Amino acid sequence: MHGKATKKITCDTRKELHAVLNLQSVGNMDIRTTPTPIIGQIETTSGTVAVLSTTWRWKDIWGSIKIRWSVGRMNYSVTPGLYAVGSPDQNSKVFVTGNYKLSVDHLRRALSGMNAWILVLNTKGINVWCAAGKKTFGTDELVRKIKFLDLAKIVTHRKIIVPQLGATGVSAHKIKEQTGFTVIYGPVRAADIKDFVDSGLKATPVMRTITFPLVERLKLIPVDLFYAKYYLLIIPSLFFIIAGLNSKGYSVDLAISNGVHAVVNLFAAYLSGCALTPALLPWIPFRRFSLKGIIIGLLTGILLFLAGFLGSSFLELISWFLMIGGISSFMAMNFTGSSTFTSLSGVQKEMKTALPLQITFAGIGLIGWIISRFM
Amino acid sequence: MNGLIYLKDVVTLELDAEKCNGCMMCTIVCPHEVFLVEDRKARIQNKDLCMECGACELNCPEDAIHVKSGVGCASGIINGILRGTEPTCDCSEPGGSSCC
Ligand code: SF4
Ligand code: SF4
Repeated sequence: MHGKATKKITCDTRKELHAVLNLQSVGNMDIRTTPTPIIGQIETTSGTVAVLSTTWRWKDIWGSIKIRWSVGRMNYSVTPGLYAVGSPDQNSKVFVTGNYKLSVDHLRRALSGMNAWILVLNTKGINVWCAAGKKTFGTDELVRKIKFLDLAKIVTHRKIIVPQLGATGVSAHKIKEQTGFTVIYGPVRAADIKDFVDSGLKATPVMRTITFPLVERLKLIPVDLFYAKYYLLIIPSLFFIIAGLNSKGYSVDLAISNGVHAVVNLFAAYLSGCALTPALLPWIPFRRFSLKGIIIGLLTGILLFLAGFLGSSFLELISWFLMIGGISSFMAMNFTGSSTFTSLSGVQKEMKTALPLQITFAGIGLIGWIISRFM
Repeated sequence: MNGLIYLKDVVTLELDAEKCNGCMMCTIVCPHEVFLVEDRKARIQNKDLCMECGACELNCPEDAIHVKSGVGCASGIINGILRGTEPTCDCSEPGGSSCC
């Protein structure tokens, strides 16, 4: 255990050295560590620094789409260290970010036309917001990097620009104490960086506030869609099998006809909770996500009923409504993790009542549905 | 402007205005405009908007703010219950989904 940890540290450090000091090896590095287009190099007192392009290639766009859809999300990181855009000198601004590739991509694109340094912290390939919550994007790591890179020699000023969402992990006054650098919190969205710089590093209240508009919510839906991963296959298959049961034994015909309905209902319930509810979030009554999920689940159930998918008996109908409501509510509640305004205390309070109810609903619904097979 | 508000009166945020020196740091780091500084004293103006991210506590040089910070994420809390730990968001996967 101990040996492993030590090894990891040296390995990381070596990689960082690669990035900062030994650019020659960049060409040989695998895609995992340097997926960012490098267009040149600059000599600094701390060694050679790679100059990043400020435009996105097709590969970057494609990569960002793949991330959203959870394809190959692993290993989408950039080697931590110091990078450049344009041709920065000792007076140029220093922007800090994490080593999640998309974070670096957004930053370098936002800095197009500028000469600046990019200080990439080792956040283990996780975006700034998440990493700050875990403190990997944090005071200690920032202090370590500033000292390791001897940033005080590379620039003569004493200011670093940290994305505001990183403030959850970074303590500005501690950075000042330990390194002499003053942290200036930049805007929440990378797209505002130009305006922020033009206005003399002043973030307006709008730049500082997180909003959660429709586009942002829609972008997050694909990630949640794959939340259940392989359960998405297993559970519907089980329903398919159970659907064939009846009082006379087992019927394959029945399995197929009822099974298709069951699978459609399940997917509809799932989508209603993790796609429809997030998309319509502000327009659905109630503050609790679980209640919002139930409402949309009910509407989905009514649509399925009208389409004749909820079966013929009353028991089956009720069972489906319970299951759809439970699933939709649970998935909607999970979206609290993606939202940008829910507090831990709030979610805990909501879950205390919602989770037992969701399980009961889905459980009774399932039992009712199985019983209805034999009636 | 912000139409999205979560539950009322649950947030653990507390401000000790006595200690405050009016440096404005809390208004700078808060992503939901929870604080307002008037006459060099901070006060909480939108408590229910707070998402308990903890940025204000960490960046207040006078230690005037306290909040039980964490991530308001249901699956994180479930993870915590299952593993018997504090709520942990499962963004351990690099790329760390949207969660938190
Ligand atoms: S950060 Fe602390 S000291 Fe500064 S204004 Fe806010 S409460 Fe007051
Ligand atoms: S915890 Fe976060 S959201 Fe709440 S007041 Fe502090 S900075 Fe604002």
